[in-house]
Amino acid sequence: MPDQLLFAMEVTLNGLMAGVMYALVALGFVLIFKASGIFNYAQGVMALFAAMTLVGLQDGQVPFSHLINAIFGTDVHHFGWHLPAFVAIIGTVLVMVAFAWAVNQLILKHLVNQEPIILFMATIGLAYFLEGLGDMMWGSDIKKLDVGLPQGINLGIDETTFNWFGYGFFIDNLDIVATVIAALLVTGLVLFSQYTKQGRALRAVADDHQAALSVGISLRFIWVLVWAIAGFVALVAGIMWGTKSGVQFSLSLIALKALPVLMLGGFTSIPGAIVGGLIIGVGEKLFEFLIGPLVGGATENWFAYVLALVFLVFRPQGLFGEKIIERV
Amino acid sequence: MLDGQDSYTTADGRTIGGVMMEMRNITLRFGGVVAIKDISFDIREGEIRAIIGPNGAGKSSMLNVISGFYNPQEGEVWFHGAKRPPMKPYEVARQGIARTFQNIALFEGMSVLDNIMTGRLGFMKAGLMSQALWWGKAQKEETENREAVEKIIDFLEIQNIRKTPVGRLPYGLKKRVELGRALAAEPKLLLLDEPMAGMNVEEKEDMSRFILDVNDEYGTTIALIEHDMGVVMDLSDRVVVMDYGKKIGDGTPDEVRNNQDVIDAYLGVAHD
Repeated sequence: MPDQLLFAMEVTLNGLMAGVMYALVALGFVLIFKASGIFNYAQGVMALFAAMTLVGLQDGQVPFSHLINAIFGTDVHHFGWHLPAFVAIIGTVLVMVAFAWAVNQLILKHLVNQEPIILFMATIGLAYFLEGLGDMMWGSDIKKLDVGLPQGINLGIDETTFNWFGYGFFIDNLDIVATVIAALLVTGLVLFSQYTKQGRALRAVADDHQAALSVGISLRFIWVLVWAIAGFVALVAGIMWGTKSGVQFSLSLIALKALPVLMLGGFTSIPGAIVGGLIIGVGEKLFEFLIGPLVGGATENWFAYVLALVFLVFRPQGLFGEKIIERV
Repeated sequence: MLDGQDSYTTADGRTIGGVMMEMRNITLRFGGVVAIKDISFDIREGEIRAIIGPNGAGKSSMLNVISGFYNPQEGEVWFHGAKRPPMKPYEVARQGIARTFQNIALFEGMSVLDNIMTGRLGFMKAGLMSQALWWGKAQKEETENREAVEKIIDFLEIQNIRKTPVGRLPYGLKKRVELGRALAAEPKLLLLDEPMAGMNVEEKEDMSRFILDVNDEYGTTIALIEHDMGVVMDLSDRVVVMDYGKKIGDGTPDEVRNNQDVIDAYLGVAHD
């Protein structure tokens, strides 16, 4: 096979795996949007917060240590332990569940039946609050996240090279792990929603609130549940992106990359989030490879958004979204 | 015959028991609009109770009060001899009160089977672990619930569409599926909001038959709202008549038919 074609294959493979990472973030949006019609602007910050909490717990950092030290004149920073990764992950999951509960109790409960734009504004507020809370709890320095996954290429060269067709395919180890974990996560979510009582209730709420109430489903419980799951998905995304490029503020901006994915896949479709992620991932890598040199490169920065714009014009509901039909 | 708590037997041999649900002086307001004004009536165990009245009389509001979608500003709801505190709709549903909606509220994206299965959510008690491992209690429950749902599907004669997504069904069948979902909860009290609205004669006959059979075979108490007077008179044991949020008649179909206020409300009355 000609080298050019093999290189294109390598680019595609890398694109697919990058797409998985985008899909992970988009998934969190879809879950909450489907169940409650809320576009959760804070999803990206939730990923950041989850990753910060994970690192903090693992390193035994004292939460709010700066605040405590400033008020009481003490000098505490660390508990002096180092938790194993899985204990820290369980701890973080508990924190995200508590967060989900608090969001519903303190914010959403009071905004039931409000316009979507008001709920959207509330999540913008939530995003900034959570960002500040994260900084106050764990500090704003860039942290290294290590839960035993292969480190991203940005933090140390650790790559795999497959020798196929006499050509060395360069693939990031972390991307392979991310792909496997994302596949497991999606399978788990699908099984949960298809075969468990809570999953059935969740699908029911996503479909019709009134009907769900009439069969005895508590909307509030489902909303806490769905925010908790979105928190868990944010944690997984946070671990992947955090391992790739360190836990820092820019992590919360991955939410912006999820937007075109959602526009492509449809805001209400879980398969849509996956396929949308893959298309964006592959599309932006291939575009950079084929067209990039002609226009001076750096197309990855805008390709996804332009593609989303095209979709908005010709298929506003996305590939898998529910068709928007307005009856007159 | 209808006074007190005594049970009695109807002409067609069904036993009507004591009072199951009692509405006492219910008043419901939306801002300045009074939707229901000081209405009292009861529903007896095993009967088919109709609520009728012209458009905007407050019938659906009354059904929404019973099912907890609205909480009245004044008045008390008594269920099984106990005063009911203000409740959320899902709490009412868990007490054994199932309902259908005037404009059909089904899960459009799910199959007929899945829709009716959601009616059984209250019977699923297995823990998440057991469900995840698909083992023991969860498996047994799923089988039992599935059997109950299949029975309802047979009963409503919708075997051939059980796997069809509800969104694709015609209106009449949707109404039937919605009834099926309400039945799946094995309710003590079944509330039907215009179960026959928009149906043709044949579909109405089918639906009437199902309602009678549900009442007869499962012994389910039914409260329904209906516009078609012929249907109401044939189906129900007792009728409440509402007009402009007030109760203007209450009794057997024959009594109601001969009530002057009811005749005026339906036919209009000359103001001179």
